[in-house]
Amino acid sequence: MPVFYGTDIASRLMLGTAQYPSPAVLAEAFRRSGAGIATVSVRREAGGGQQGQDFWSLIDSLGVTLLPNTAGCHSVREAVTTAQMARELFGTNWIKLEVIGHADTLQPDPFGLVEAARILTGEGFHVFPYCTEDLVLCDRLVTAGCQVLMPWGAPIGTGLGLNNIYGLRSLRAHFPDVPLVIDAGLGLPSQAAQAMELGFDAVLLNTAVARAGDPAAMAEAFAGAVAAGALAHGADPMPPRDMAAPSTPVLGKAFLA
Amino acid sequence: MNITLNGEPHEVTGPTLADLLVETGQSGAKVATAVNEVFVPATQRAGTPLAPGDRVEVVAPRQGG
Repeated sequence: MPVFYGTDIASRLMLGTAQYPSPAVLAEAFRRSGAGIATVSVRREAGGGQQGQDFWSLIDSLGVTLLPNTAGCHSVREAVTTAQMARELFGTNWIKLEVIGHADTLQPDPFGLVEAARILTGEGFHVFPYCTEDLVLCDRLVTAGCQVLMPWGAPIGTGLGLNNIYGLRSLRAHFPDVPLVIDAGLGLPSQAAQAMELGFDAVLLNTAVARAGDPAAMAEAFAGAVAAGALAHGADPMPPRDMAAPSTPVLGKAFLA
Repeated sequence: MNITLNGEPHEVTGPTLADLLVETGQSGAKVATAVNEVFVPATQRAGTPLAPGDRVEVVAPRQGG
């Protein structure tokens, strides 16, 4: 099971808390997913508003570790201030760092991400950067103090799965000792299983579960897929080959021609 | 004094950030604050004076991915 900044987590599935049809469905999805970590955010609260308190009561009842994000931030300053507010609100120094660089694809801004990671690490944060699979970027993030890397599988909310298998495999090989989490882009449990088979430590998803017709059932399906993929990775899969090779013994076959 | 609160024009009577939260009924609420894009910890709100035109953000826990 993954270890993030010295903390043991009991599940390889990390789940977002947005877009569920109701708080009850969210709670049931978390229960059936077995997820150990929930991502959360901070947003404006109008005077007299109860939304924040109501949501806080709900997630507090889930009994999971919280990972606040800086979703929607497009500048270093915005991300740093949001992280500081999130640390006080949620009482954790963990932060899922998002610095968005491209409006259509929500691709992370690699330059802003490294700068924000360096600043936040200096302020005592444990940074979980939402990044691409770029090896040089990931190297810089580790140098900036990140002890976890969270490359996208595909753009947020697309459900396209793992778009760059070669890049993700290279990343795993290049950082054998850094916990790696596929964050964003997963749509199906089979894609989560694939991430585990590649040797990733965990997956983080939201839309695939929350927007499913039956979110709780889909959460359980993802949990099963993640468990299967991790078991398969540990079982040392056979290497693929181009030519056929019979699995049934040739020796002893009856001669019937 | 006229300030901007969460992107909207707002008139505040008291001189500090803590006073603003009392006026909006959020003094005991689970919120975090920033003034002019700089985070202000809860412990410093009473000692943070507001000036006309200040941009104040008050945020609370929300769903996120």
